[in-house]
Formats: sequence, structure tokens, C-alpha cells
Amino acid sequence: MLNSIWPFFIIISFFYAIISGNLDNLNKSILESAQDAVNLCISLLGSMCLWNGIMQIANKSSAIEKLTDFLKPFINKLFPEMKENNQIKKEISMNIIANVLGLGNAATPLGIKAMKSMQRENKDKNTLSNSMLIFIVLNTASLQLIPTTIIAIRNSLGSENSTKIVFPVWIVTALAAFAAVFTAKLLIKREEKNKKWKQ
Amino acid sequence: MEAINFISNLAMPIVIIVIIIYGLIEKNKVFDIFLEGAKEGIEIVLNIFPTLVGLFVAIGALRSSGILDMITYVIQPVLTMIEFPSEIMPLTLIRPISGSASIAVATDIMKNYGVDTFIGLVASIIMGSTETTLYTIAVYTSSVGVKKTRFVLLASLIGDFIGIIASVIIVKFFFY
Repeated sequence: MLNSIWPFFIIISFFYAIISGNLDNLNKSILESAQDAVNLCISLLGSMCLWNGIMQIANKSSAIEKLTDFLKPFINKLFPEMKENNQIKKEISMNIIANVLGLGNAATPLGIKAMKSMQRENKDKNTLSNSMLIFIVLNTASLQLIPTTIIAIRNSLGSENSTKIVFPVWIVTALAAFAAVFTAKLLIKREEKNKKWKQ
Repeated sequence: MEAINFISNLAMPIVIIVIIIYGLIEKNKVFDIFLEGAKEGIEIVLNIFPTLVGLFVAIGALRSSGILDMITYVIQPVLTMIEFPSEIMPLTLIRPISGSASIAVATDIMKNYGVDTFIGLVASIIMGSTETTLYTIAVYTSSVGVKKTRFVLLASLIGDFIGIIASVIIVKFFFY
């Protein structure tokens, strides 16, 4: 993806800068941008080390497994096909908890494990099952409790209060996740209705 | 508003303390484990550093050449009708596609319009509440070799869309 977007951005910028007479600005920004990336990374270095360290503690303890209990009612509602399958439900929960805690490194492998287990139960191996679909939709909703990266960016740009976005982020995340899951559930229902009609 | 800022500021320390106490209860060597994880953190940042340099230069070029202002100017009439800040538009387009590119765009927006301004806050909340949708879908569908993805992309993008609209509304509601 970036292999086509990146050169495209640079090339159109160059030609537009010539047309609009902004060449001196462009020159300045080329050097400045590289420096900006360094500044941001230095800031990210601090917060990434801190969070990764803290989350490693969560990872090493049984926190993820324990927290999965809280999710049970949600999981049963979201994945009705998996009601009888406790192992898969546990894998799904562990992925969600890892996402919530911001354990990016742990969440993806756990998620792939859950996907593979669901694929085993899937009747049509070429098509996503309902459960897999909802599972992916949940993963595309950023369920992270503390949005660490954006806080670090805000901090590096000298924000007065870089964490004040946390509560609004929760509300927006909840709304977005609800909208995505609701849409998916609605479309699943419609599809099933259509199938019945055909029969 | 005081209460909202209070909850926001409380979240981070609480998560840190709860995890540390949890680690202590289970009799872990918490500091050793912390160092182990922190070392990995260095690697993560070092790995995205070259990507960020490349993308910062590209996004910086778009900004300084005036092309972003031109696009913003062109789409402004449509977006003002729905009261959407056109300065955010580049972020909403790149967000589902690339994580590192959206970091570069968000940083660019906040640098130009201010971190704690209306636009800066909207950009922050969009970044915090949405995910690199296309990448996530690609990782999970390819992990099991599924070809027919049904409406997973549609549902996820509707979620992103609602998230973006909600970010604008919530900043107006909470902070202005």
C-alpha cells in the first residue's frame, strides 16, 4: 500500500510546489519533517518503554485469564454459535482483554489462535462464519483502555493536558464499536432471512 | 467538565497501579519483568522510526507544497454544510489504511492547528478511538485463508464513520 501512496504524495507535492511557488517551503519542510520524526520517536520511546514494561507485568500474571470472566455475558450475546464451546469463548475473551489493555503484541497472536479455532467449526472454509465476522469487527474497533500512542504524540507537541482525551475516547470507541457490531448483526439477520425465502 | 477531566486523568495511574499490585499479589519480580517489557518497547519504536521518517517527509511535503490547503479549500463547502472541520479530512482518509501514516498525518494536523484546539482534540480522539481497519481485516482473514469476507469491511467502516462523526460532536459537547 505505502509503496504506491508514498511516492505519489512526494511527486504530486513536488509538482504542485512548483506551480504554486511554494518551493522554498517544500525545501524547508523536507529537512524539518525528518527532524520531527526524530522528536516524536524520542517522545514515543519513553512512553512505549513504560507501557510495554507495565503491560509485561500484566502479561506475566494471570490478569488476562482472570479478566475474561467479566466478558462472559457479552461473549454469549455476541457469539451465539459458540455458546457450547468454552475453549473458543476463552480464546476470544483473551484477545479482547489483550486489546483493552493495549497489549498489541499479545492480542494479534491470541486473535489468530481464536480465528483458527473458529475456522475449525466453520462449515464453509472459504467464507467467514458469523462468529469470525463479529470477531474481526470487534478487533477493528480500537478497544484500548488507554490510548497510549496518541497521548505520547500530544505530549511531544506540548499539550497542556495530554490525557484529557481519555474519557471522550471511551465514549466514541463504545459508539463506534456498537455501530459496527450492530451493522454486522443486522446484515447477518437479513442474509439468513433471504436464505429462508430461497428455500 | 471537571469530572470528565478528572476521570481522564485518573485512568492512566489507576491502570498502572492495579497492574503492579496484581503482579505483587502473585509474587512476581515486578521490576525485572518491567525491564524485560521496556526493552521490547525500544525495539518497537526503533522499528517504526524509519517508516515515520519516510511518512513525515511525505506528509510534510503535502502540507508545505500547499496541496493539502488546496484540497481542504475545495471540499470545504460540502463539509461545512454538515459542520465537519475540513482540516480533519486527510486523517479520516488515511486512518483505516495505514497506522504509521495516520500517526504522521495526525501529528502534522496537531502541529499546524494546535494540540489543544478544537481540531487538535478531534484529531486526537479519532486516533484514540479508531483502528487501522483494513490492516486488521487483512491479518485475520489471511490467517485462516478465507476468501469471502462477506460484509466485514462494510460493518467495520461504518463503525469508523460513526467514530469520526462522534469525535467531532463530543469535542463540541465536552470542551466547547
